[in-house]
Amino acid sequence: MAKAATAPAGAFFANWRQNIIYIGFVVIFVIFAVTLNDKGFLNPNNLLNIVRQTAMIAVMAVAMTFVLSAGEIDLSVGAVAGLTTVTVAMAISVAGPLGGVLAGLATGLAVGVFNGWLTTRIGIPSFLTTLAMMGIAKGVAMWISDTAAVPILSPGYSWVFGGGSVGPIPVLMFWMALIAGIGHVALRRSGFGRKVLATGGGETAARYSGIDTASIKFKVLVLSSCAAALAGMLYAGRLQSGRFQLGEGDELSVIAAAVLGGTSLFGGKGTVIGTIVGALMIGMINNGLILMGLEFSQQLIAKGAIIILAVALSQKRR
Amino acid sequence: MTAPAQVAVRMTGISKSFGGIRALDAVDFEVHAGEVHALLGGNGAGKSTILKVLNGVHVPDEGKIEVEGQALTSHSPEASRAAGIAMNFQEMSLIPTLSVAQNIFLTREARDTRGMIDDADSVRRAQAIFDMLQVEVDPTALVGDLGAGQKQLTEIAKAISQEARVLILDEPSTALSVSDVERLFVFLRQLKAKGVAIIYVSHRMDEIARIADRATILRDGRHVITAPMSDLPIDVMIEHIVGKKSKGLADVARGDAARGEVLLELSGVTGPHKPEDVSFILHRGEVLGLAGLLGSGRSALARVIAGIEPSVAGEIRIKREKVSIRRPSDAIAHGIALVPEARATQGIIPAHSVADNMVMSVIDRIAPRGLVDRARIRAIAEDMIARLSIKTASRDHAVSTLSGGNQQKVVIGKWLATEPEILILDEPTAGIDIGSKAEIIRLVRDLAQSGKGVIVISSELSELLTACDRILVMADGRAHQMLDRGDLDDPSESDPENSLQAAERRLQIEIQKALSIKEASHG
Repeated sequence: MAKAATAPAGAFFANWRQNIIYIGFVVIFVIFAVTLNDKGFLNPNNLLNIVRQTAMIAVMAVAMTFVLSAGEIDLSVGAVAGLTTVTVAMAISVAGPLGGVLAGLATGLAVGVFNGWLTTRIGIPSFLTTLAMMGIAKGVAMWISDTAAVPILSPGYSWVFGGGSVGPIPVLMFWMALIAGIGHVALRRSGFGRKVLATGGGETAARYSGIDTASIKFKVLVLSSCAAALAGMLYAGRLQSGRFQLGEGDELSVIAAAVLGGTSLFGGKGTVIGTIVGALMIGMINNGLILMGLEFSQQLIAKGAIIILAVALSQKRR
Repeated sequence: MTAPAQVAVRMTGISKSFGGIRALDAVDFEVHAGEVHALLGGNGAGKSTILKVLNGVHVPDEGKIEVEGQALTSHSPEASRAAGIAMNFQEMSLIPTLSVAQNIFLTREARDTRGMIDDADSVRRAQAIFDMLQVEVDPTALVGDLGAGQKQLTEIAKAISQEARVLILDEPSTALSVSDVERLFVFLRQLKAKGVAIIYVSHRMDEIARIADRATILRDGRHVITAPMSDLPIDVMIEHIVGKKSKGLADVARGDAARGEVLLELSGVTGPHKPEDVSFILHRGEVLGLAGLLGSGRSALARVIAGIEPSVAGEIRIKREKVSIRRPSDAIAHGIALVPEARATQGIIPAHSVADNMVMSVIDRIAPRGLVDRARIRAIAEDMIARLSIKTASRDHAVSTLSGGNQQKVVIGKWLATEPEILILDEPTAGIDIGSKAEIIRLVRDLAQSGKGVIVISSELSELLTACDRILVMADGRAHQMLDRGDLDDPSESDPENSLQAAERRLQIEIQKALSIKEASHG
């Protein structure tokens, strides 16, 4: 039996549009390595910084890969992460670190169930459900924190959730690897992942095949909010505080990471590895542009242009 | 009767090929102003192709088109519209969120003095059209709120408002109730009196007999006959439509049914829309056909059994035990599989691989502890590819890269992977080549022989006759008659091909009879 050819390099480049993200990642890395060498781009500390800055986006983007693959979208992730930093910080101050963790998970679960319920039972498109939720989550975070930062005075919590490091390796990197590993196996190898891809690839065919597509959509939205809550817990740990501004605008980077990685905005196609590379690429571009000494305004423009270029190159020619 | 009829459309020597297949072969077609002209023929006879040529969608390879004496010099939808040709579409071309009047005059709205759209004027003019045609449709109603009949009338009013001289109606009555059809006919007679030429396509011969003045029959892309309706009683029409099949399915041997125990039993089953009060029994080892026209409730019945539109009344029993089928997974658990009619949307995910599609209905079985067993996916896919001789570059190629016939085999393979006892195939041979058709019919016979119960829905009667042991005739959502395949044969006929045609004529007559029973019972 012919094994699905574990591709020789030729096939990899023949499908270069599909693999543009990996090629692009290497190309940009080399360009930065050469041009920014004197500014310390290749310095291990700088590289680990990229990982630190990327971890939260990556965690959310893994879940977003499931959401997009199922043909839905979640715009509320950034705001939910922000809300979670606040609920975690407040819970820690009264109930300790364990209480904080439980409060964080509960926040994600509650928002996710609400998003999923509105989308699959009431029938509001997830675009609208989660757009509204973005405002609600941010509003609640501002309201309960009185728009002030809530400090976290638990070194243990801060170490585990984002602040610590094992030797030179930041704890955040373990979180990212853990979530990426679980996500990759779940999407590629689990029955659930197959149902997600089938639901997004052809909802009618999936339904006719006995897949409960509403339940799949419900589950991916819950998953996404829980991942956003975890990202919020990491923000809170890393910055030792909860504030409503944390995670603001992350939804765009998260969606961009997944799409850059080859996940279809229209469902049915997605890879977690691609998403992780997409997230790292965005982090690397951010980092490189800062080292180049570009102004924030210029960074935004350059980043937008690079993302458009990458996605345009990955499109199939008609 | 009016004096020498004026010719509205004259198409001469029209030929059109699609990738080597001659869809139209030097067809002549002539329609008079002020007549309703029926266009008849079986599936694949070339009806829709010639209409699309007239409508400008297809450019003919050869031939000329004249509209009211003027030769059409270019072939495009715009040119045809400018020449006064309008066509209703089976898939409605109306925008549901706009009103009737706004739809009728879309892009041609009157402007008021400030250059703004004058909706009141549209409403007035729409009302005038409906008044003229003596039908009641509210011009201010939203199209989305209308019933199928009123939508159809709106669509036709839209065509008329463009001063159409030739109106093409493709199966306009499919979605209509009996009273709506009456209203449509009133409407058409009014139009006729105004000198509009109407081309009417329908499979319902009783309707055609009532509304049409003349008819043209096509078969295998050729013109067979054009004659006044008085020369075409229903049996003669059927004979011309069925004709002598050039290549048929007659060579597929119809094995003897070794009828086993009762597998599936429906009593008084009623769906959310259709079917109504259907009862029948399916045995192990037999193929049961569902015959009827579009909208007769055949597919709706299949969807009820497969749990896609669960029944609202009646009982379904499997092997004598009452079962509750509320969703597709219930049906699958009870050993029921449906190969649905819309292959591309209901059957497959075109962008996904052959293997991924094959296991879509058995994900839980191949992932008993959450993780899928990839060896089993390979085994299932390779097994089905070999068993159904699916032509694909590999099991990892996207289904969209396969031909229609092979895509259909993937759908069938996907359902065989669920190891069903009851297999329902809805139009399994639609849009696939004759070779694959014969293969699929043979497969259906084999499946029955291996002890499954099979239900086949098909609009191609020769296929039903070849595949089935018994045929249930449906009309208007109801089951009308259960026919034994053997009783449709003429024992005196020895040539299998002639015998198949004779049986097809009989089945046609039964289908048409079922329709007239419906009209009689509705008064």
